[in-house]
Amino acid sequence: MVLFCSFFNSTIGRKVLMAVTGLVLVLFVMGHMLGNLQIFLGAEVINAYAYKLHHVLPTPALWGIRLFLLLCVGVHVWMAVLLTLASRRARPAGYAVKRVVQATYAARTMRMSGIILLAFIFFHLAHFTTRSVPGMEYNDERVLSPNEVSLVKHGQAVMKDGEKVTTFNVHDMMVAGFENGLVSAFYILATGLLCLHLVHGVSSMFQTLGLRNATWLPRLNYIARFYGWAVFLGFAIIPIAVLTGVLEKDPTGGETQAIETSATH
Amino acid sequence: MKLNLRIWRQKSPLDKGRFEEYALDNVSEDSSFLEMLDLLCEQLVAEGKEALAFDHDCREGICGMCALTINGIPHGPEKQTTTCQLHMRHFKDGETITVEPWRAKPLPVIKDLVVDRSPFDRIIQSGGFISARTGSAVDANAVPIPKQTADTAMDAAACIGCGACVAACPNASAMLFTAAKVSHMNNLPQGEVEKDRRTLAMVTTMDGEGFGGCTNVGECEAVCPKGISLDMIAQLNRDYTSAQVKNFFEPVS
Ligand code: HEM
Ligand code: FES
Repeated sequence: MVLFCSFFNSTIGRKVLMAVTGLVLVLFVMGHMLGNLQIFLGAEVINAYAYKLHHVLPTPALWGIRLFLLLCVGVHVWMAVLLTLASRRARPAGYAVKRVVQATYAARTMRMSGIILLAFIFFHLAHFTTRSVPGMEYNDERVLSPNEVSLVKHGQAVMKDGEKVTTFNVHDMMVAGFENGLVSAFYILATGLLCLHLVHGVSSMFQTLGLRNATWLPRLNYIARFYGWAVFLGFAIIPIAVLTGVLEKDPTGGETQAIETSATH
Repeated sequence: MKLNLRIWRQKSPLDKGRFEEYALDNVSEDSSFLEMLDLLCEQLVAEGKEALAFDHDCREGICGMCALTINGIPHGPEKQTTTCQLHMRHFKDGETITVEPWRAKPLPVIKDLVVDRSPFDRIIQSGGFISARTGSAVDANAVPIPKQTADTAMDAAACIGCGACVAACPNASAMLFTAAKVSHMNNLPQGEVEKDRRTLAMVTTMDGEGFGGCTNVGECEAVCPKGISLDMIAQLNRDYTSAQVKNFFEPVS
């Protein structure tokens, strides 16, 4: 029992915690990316997706998932800090000359990419989840078209009890968010660093869990590189599409019917 | 060859230490790195200065005593080569060569280029043994061991404990050393009996000595003169985690 507590005080145990929380985040990131890519299918699709995310599960379960993900980030970062401090203590005096023999750039910069990712996660949650970045609340006409739009299915508003079901216009919030060049640049930079983090991390987590050998090393490195780049392209393409004008605001939320009816009134 | 040597000199563990530059002439390309340092020592003594302290013993690449960081790489530029087996033909005439000791808090400098590697001894003392009485040596084929298993254990046993892995690691981690010592015994039927206890004890001792954690960057494997692979570390991670899980349900004694 005492020794099991010592697991999380050992360098290996801490690294296992990083690998397990890292795995959760790796899987979450893929789901998040696939969800985001629905923006290319039209406002009604991504808005309905966001509506489902908020309404399919009861609110406590939604909060449970959010807290679990935050906990994973917290544990991941906390272990990273503890291990980094231990490493620093283990080499107080460095070398006058130090040459890298085979370590990759990605592996050597995990702490750098991680710290910037943490800053990005804070900004991202404030930006799109709590919408509390000054000037980017996406809740008034100046910033965005009316943000309460109809929930749309097959071009028609979804009705419930004789009234239109409304939802937040996630599509326009994303487009408005990325019309700001600086914001877009930060998102693209952060997803680039996420790519770097994953190119080492996705292969490294198998090593940490003891699930890697000389045969699997090149395969896992290949998978990690593929995964990292897929995540980078999948996320970065949205701000790029907005900046190049491929994606534009759709204040109707994709409701073609609504335009006709309001025109006849 | 003519060489310009930049060597770390430190009188004692408490001395701050500094680099000193020496010019050395008439070095044969066929001499080993240590023979070149012998020449330097002779020159220093002839000049009435104190000879350079550096570790060495077998000078044939099997004891693990020699331990120099040469131009920023433990054991120098050649792959799978100890300092004593490194020859001067791998350097250029007129080259400036920087020589430093291993740098890690748990392996402090005793003098000049000599470091104290007793933490390694303590890691081995804590679990690198087999307690079963084996009597006098039995026939090699008395305990059948599959070839692949014997090969893995032999690959691990090739570790000479020089400490280059710690020296090269950006975290000064001793995982490759400990992994080799653990795998060497855990893989064999004689050692398997005490597998969990051994793994827990040796990792705990390793951490207690103040080495850093592994970040899987692989510099250790790259400089290891015996080519010990990262697979050993994967096995250590696996064995340690499973030992901890077993220990949770039924204390490993
Ligand atoms: C929030 C800020 C983050 C920080 C400060 C951070 C930091 C780190 C550090 C220092 C490592 C260890 C590197 C090593 O041992 O070589 C690491 C590993 C890892 N990180 Fe992160 N990271 C962060 C976010 C993320 C995110 C968002 C993901 C996934 C989407 C992720 C996935 C991973 C994975 C899979 C590993 C490999 C674990 C292992 O080597 O066993 N990290 N992270
Ligand atoms: S002196 Fe024995 S290995 Fe180099």
